Amino acid sequence: MANLLTKRVVYYLLTALIAITFILPLAWAVVNSIAPNSATSQSDGYGLGNYGALAVYGEGLTTYLSNSVILTFVAVAACLIAATMAGYAIARFTFAGKGLMFVLVLSILMVPYAALLIPLVVWMSELGLDNTLVGVGFVLALFQLPFGTFVMRNAFESIPSELEEAAKLDGCGTFATFMRVMVPSVKAPMVTVGLFVFLNAWNDFMVPLYLLGPQNAPLPLAMVNMRQQVMGVIDYGLTTAGVVVLAIPAVILFLALQKYYIKGLISGAVKG
Amino acid sequence: MAVMADTDERQVVPHRRSRWSRTDTLRGWAFLAPALALVVFFFIVPVGLVVYMSATDWTLFGGFTAMNFPQNFVDIASDPMFAKSLEFTLKYTVLTTVILMPLAFFLALLVQEARQWNKFLRTAILLPSALGIASSSLLFYALYSPQVGPLNPILDSLGLMDAQQTILGTADGALWATVVLVVWRFTGYFMLLTLIGVQAIPGDIYEAANLDGAGRLRKLRSITLPMLKPTIAMTMILSVTGSLLAFDQFFILTKGGPNNETLTTVLLIYKYAFETKKDLGMAAALSVVVLLALVIINVLQLRALGVGRSEEK
Repeated sequence: MANLLTKRVVYYLLTALIAITFILPLAWAVVNSIAPNSATSQSDGYGLGNYGALAVYGEGLTTYLSNSVILTFVAVAACLIAATMAGYAIARFTFAGKGLMFVLVLSILMVPYAALLIPLVVWMSELGLDNTLVGVGFVLALFQLPFGTFVMRNAFESIPSELEEAAKLDGCGTFATFMRVMVPSVKAPMVTVGLFVFLNAWNDFMVPLYLLGPQNAPLPLAMVNMRQQVMGVIDYGLTTAGVVVLAIPAVILFLALQKYYIKGLISGAVKG
Repeated sequence: MAVMADTDERQVVPHRRSRWSRTDTLRGWAFLAPALALVVFFFIVPVGLVVYMSATDWTLFGGFTAMNFPQNFVDIASDPMFAKSLEFTLKYTVLTTVILMPLAFFLALLVQEARQWNKFLRTAILLPSALGIASSSLLFYALYSPQVGPLNPILDSLGLMDAQQTILGTADGALWATVVLVVWRFTGYFMLLTLIGVQAIPGDIYEAANLDGAGRLRKLRSITLPMLKPTIAMTMILSVTGSLLAFDQFFILTKGGPNNETLTTVLLIYKYAFETKKDLGMAAALSVVVLLALVIINVLQLRALGVGRSEEK
């Protein structure tokens, strides 16, 4: 009995320690972001001084945040539209070139995007998409396309074809059937795909670093640019405030949609 | 064209591969059009272009100047920076994988029972996964700083560091600091992948083992580990390929320093293109090397995974 009790105590102590270790850096960021900051020479007490300074830094926080929102929105929309439509075609129609297309999409997984950014620097300007949030949103959408197509194909395959046949009998055309009958029945997998694209696009740093200038920088890139611009004195208060602003939407969405995150992992989210 | 317009009305073998209906082909490609556009413009063309650029003199500001195949590759092969970056990248990959995988495995076993407290724990460990590598790196950059970070003074007072040094100021310090950050960021993700594998093992196997009087370690060694082989293989692939491509964390924490001691190969691509050489041709050649290496590793690992799966049956 005493043995069992000791085991319990050890288990709770150990696991509590582990939980604290993982949460502590985030908690510290929040505390440091409202701590008195010598670099911005704000007043001595705790307060939102760093956030105030962040709001007016460089192009201004609202610019960077809206850049992030536009970029993420384009990536999520483009990937969802392309992946849902492609998943449907691959699951439901039999036609020449289908298998080849599926293999082509999956082969994107093989190629690291770090290797494609050099040609994209040149090619995006040929397309007139260099330094545009829409263009970079498409690039981010592409890298989530294999996962999205894979999940959506599986989703459509699990839906009985009677549903479509009923819609056809009611006089729906192919596209109307797709929009009115099929898409509503794969909402949950679409949320899974959307969440993964969101987290990746919202947090991406490398693609914007190569392809976007300071004015069109999304928040992660702006934060890094900001840190480098201040020579000598690095403003850590500003940095941690930026990290908190970046983390809030991601953490909220993540906590609210954890179920879908796990579903995504089960379907084989191969990109970290 | 051997396409039959009215295959639907024929009763014979509707699944014959050679008979595609024309409407299905049209519909199929119409639905594939958005994905196809993304793939052509942002994948096929860049892959072709990187191969082409790797065979040219292509400067950052001057554009294409001349073909020079295979000069870029010859330069890379004899480049001490490339060798150094390769060595460091491999070292970093081994280190992260060796720490990350057992830790994630241990945590997955610790929180596998469906209790309320365990659910909270899983969420706590998983929380850093919501953050990007870039934001995590910025966060740890502040944590490691001598000005506001708590870690520098702690290490100093424990005598683990030269009083004149900072955590990121030494080669070893910078490497370990990055490994700690990456482990913090990715453990939850790998724990969850392992947990999914653990929960897929049928419970009656353990019950049978219990009847045979098998202890905890015995069950771990004879049931859990062998049944988890495909999961372990998959997480290892993710860890290895992910670490080989490390960029954000080193760009933000160390910029490859001190003295190029933490320069990864992907960071070298960036430096050659925009900083030291301003040479896109050279950077493209290095990209092709990285691309080929990763494709080969991926193919080998997928094959290994496939073997693992068929063994399981």
